[in-house]
Amino acid sequence: MKIVIQTEDFDVSAELAQLRASQVGALVSFVGTVREVDGAADPHAVQLELEHYPGMTEKSLAAIAQQAIDRFLVNDIVIIHRVGALKCSEQIVLVAVAGKHRGTAFLACEFVMDYLKTEAPFWKKEFGANGSRWVDARTADLSALEKWQ
Amino acid sequence: MTTQTTLQLRFFASVREQLGCAEQIVQLPAEIKTVGQVRQWLTGRGGVWADTLGADRSGRSVRMAYQQVMCDESEPLVLADKNQEIAFFPPVTGG
Repeated sequence: MKIVIQTEDFDVSAELAQLRASQVGALVSFVGTVREVDGAADPHAVQLELEHYPGMTEKSLAAIAQQAIDRFLVNDIVIIHRVGALKCSEQIVLVAVAGKHRGTAFLACEFVMDYLKTEAPFWKKEFGANGSRWVDARTADLSALEKWQ
Repeated sequence: MTTQTTLQLRFFASVREQLGCAEQIVQLPAEIKTVGQVRQWLTGRGGVWADTLGADRSGRSVRMAYQQVMCDESEPLVLADKNQEIAFFPPVTGG
């Protein structure tokens, strides 16, 4: 398991190459990126500022990844989440799962993202034409958890 | 004689901004036994504390964590523990 919080960007193919070295058969990955803020004055300016709770963030992501490994019997999980200032279309998060078969690897990847969205202590602040605002939590993210219960 | 409990408070995102405070060390009165009671005690300071941590007066729910694990108000404090940490923050929006 690998859990990393960083300000720098990450290289998806390098991460997948590392996972592939374990010769498991199936790799599934998800990358979340910064979407355009409505009415942003300058698409090249900083669009998003991500804050987190150092210590708790790593603990909660490790717990989520471990639950996924135990539940879906996948071999390994990598989670990289960026914090700090991010521009439109930049990468925010990578979840990559290595397993024996695609079915459980897909499920584990979705499980990790659904729980990351509702339990990991990250907060997004958006910068648009009318100044900045904290992004509201979406009820759709909460209801996504129901399928795992 | 009861000793007071020292507690590390941390605040994040909109809660941090509204309070103008990221962290604070406090001495808890002995009668405080749960995370919810800590929240009520802080609300009792009035002003921005009541506005931000009061019973969802802002219409947005405040979340909390004890020892860096998400919890609810009934979470008991482990009074013997010298390194206690409680955090208050809005619903999370990562990913």
